[in-house]
Amino acid sequence: MSRITYQQACLDALAEEMRRDPRVWALGEDLGRGGVFGQYRGLVAEFGPERIADTPISEATIMGAAVGAALVGTRPVVEMRFSDFALCAVDELVNQAAKARFMFGGQARVPMVIRQPIGMWRSSAAQHSQSLEGWYTHIPGLVVVTPATAADNKGLLKSAIRCDDPVVYMEHKDLWQVPDDVPDGPDHLVPLGKARIAQAGSDCTIVTWSRMLSVALQAAGALAKDGLEAEVIDLRTLWPWDRQAVLDSVARTGRLIVAQEAVVVSGFGAEVAATVAEELGPRLKAPIRRLGSPRAPIAYSPPLEDVLRVTADSIADTAKRLCASG
Amino acid sequence: MQPSPERQREMLRQMQTIRRFEERASDDYHGGAIYGVVHCYIGEEAVAVGVCSTLNRDDQIISTHRGHGHCIAKGADLNRMMAELYGRETGYCKGKGGSMHIADFGIGMLGANGIVAGGIAIVTGAGLAAQLDGKGRVAVSFFGDGASNAGPFHESLNIAAAWKLPVIFVCENNLYAAQTSAAETHAQEDIAARAHGYGIPGVIVDGNDVLAVHGAAAKAVARARAGEGPTLIECKTYRWRRHTERVNQPDFRPEHEIEVWLKKDPIARLVAHLKSQQGQLTDAEWQEMDRQVLRGIEEAVGFAKSSPFPKPEAALEDVFAS
Repeated sequence: MSRITYQQACLDALAEEMRRDPRVWALGEDLGRGGVFGQYRGLVAEFGPERIADTPISEATIMGAAVGAALVGTRPVVEMRFSDFALCAVDELVNQAAKARFMFGGQARVPMVIRQPIGMWRSSAAQHSQSLEGWYTHIPGLVVVTPATAADNKGLLKSAIRCDDPVVYMEHKDLWQVPDDVPDGPDHLVPLGKARIAQAGSDCTIVTWSRMLSVALQAAGALAKDGLEAEVIDLRTLWPWDRQAVLDSVARTGRLIVAQEAVVVSGFGAEVAATVAEELGPRLKAPIRRLGSPRAPIAYSPPLEDVLRVTADSIADTAKRLCASG
Repeated sequence: MQPSPERQREMLRQMQTIRRFEERASDDYHGGAIYGVVHCYIGEEAVAVGVCSTLNRDDQIISTHRGHGHCIAKGADLNRMMAELYGRETGYCKGKGGSMHIADFGIGMLGANGIVAGGIAIVTGAGLAAQLDGKGRVAVSFFGDGASNAGPFHESLNIAAAWKLPVIFVCENNLYAAQTSAAETHAQEDIAARAHGYGIPGVIVDGNDVLAVHGAAAKAVARARAGEGPTLIECKTYRWRRHTERVNQPDFRPEHEIEVWLKKDPIARLVAHLKSQQGQLTDAEWQEMDRQVLRGIEEAVGFAKSSPFPKPEAALEDVFAS
């Protein structure tokens, strides 16, 4: 076990997978210069510019070329810099990568990882802050991964690279420098589709993912001081998602809060909430609550940006009300 | 170098196969046995056949929504193609793709594509993989004049040129992007001229002359295999039929224009060429060739009709590989 950052963890993961499998390579803007967040630092020295390929700013063709290279047997890792920029390549992702296997009757495999960091990060404003993970869960054929910790950013990225389907891999920009205890060695894999109970509790269930995990854990800490035990579940993967882990937890606690950074309207939290309502409705002790961003573009100025954030206080207050009402 | 007479007769047979296949597909579409939408390639056969006649089995191509010709020219099986159009389990895509998505990865046919310009970047990636692989494979993108106005065309030409990828960009300029004429939507008439901006050869060729297409493609393929990078080939051609077989929209093209192009029939042209060469093709041989082609189409229809529809549960299969 080593104490390393979320950034170092994914760097290690990619390097290990590139050593393990010569078909794995990466392409995107500035990768030879370490990537926009340093998550590719040093890789070009080890693997050369053919496997750490610097591209022009041509998102559609970066994505499309990766689809083509995946169809013929390589395993590309595509870097989009920001999830906002990946929107220039949605056709290639949604119409091509996600559908090739199905529409060609199972002939095709599209083993590619599409890295597109999400989230609010130092007043980056409307076009560099979005959390669009929910969009991709709507698309059959895509796997969607949202690591919340350094250990998971290693284990999930490795699983994503080994996956034979297109994986939309969404790191959170505010987590790059956050350290965690990460298992050493190349065998640390975190399976896709398995949630993690980050903290056990019996009074209410808080389902979350990505950076919101740390906020939810803070809330759980505050609730503990008031004698309330919150169970915090990190989904880790949004598609496939671990329905059973959530249903088991809410069946025990009878109360559910879904906390997400994304706009709450049509966010993935709605899917979680609807599923729990359908499966456990009459057994719930209190109404389900979703917390997320209001439906507004993300503002630049810190006090404005803060309006859109879900805080530990808001999660804790919501949990207290739910527990009081049941 | 001109292909041998034997090879030219094979090219003729392929072109006639494309034409007869689509005549039948169109009839059966209007008869209700083929569903959705069918885009016919009739009139443009010389492009697919001329280009694919320069390729090896492991070279890769990507086609467009108008893809039957490219499939046949690359060597696809008519039975499985027709079964796909009929929506049957034995089709290339198990009935999940239809006319616009026929693929045969075993022969390097990476799929017809329903998105205009959708294949250009994918081929660029196949070319990139071929370069990494170092075995001399090339990748060919077929696309229309309409696609040449979409962003990925420009992005892909730039990347392929910058990295000297073994890719051949084949623009089938049939003068219309769906219903709208290229004359109204292109800043300049010749799409090949855009190659200059990316520092690669841009070649204009008579797309109704299969030997001319073959010659231009052979040169581009040799250049690509030698590691010298991509070529843009613009084939000036024309589709005889409307944009799609769906009759919900009128054909806006002027009749006199269609008549002019009907006279430039690429198949009649090759037939005349072969007949003019002593002993290369007789009337009787040509008639026999056509009869064989028609028999092959009839067999394909029989195969399709006798094949079962997919089971309903297949609608949810093949979404993920893992």
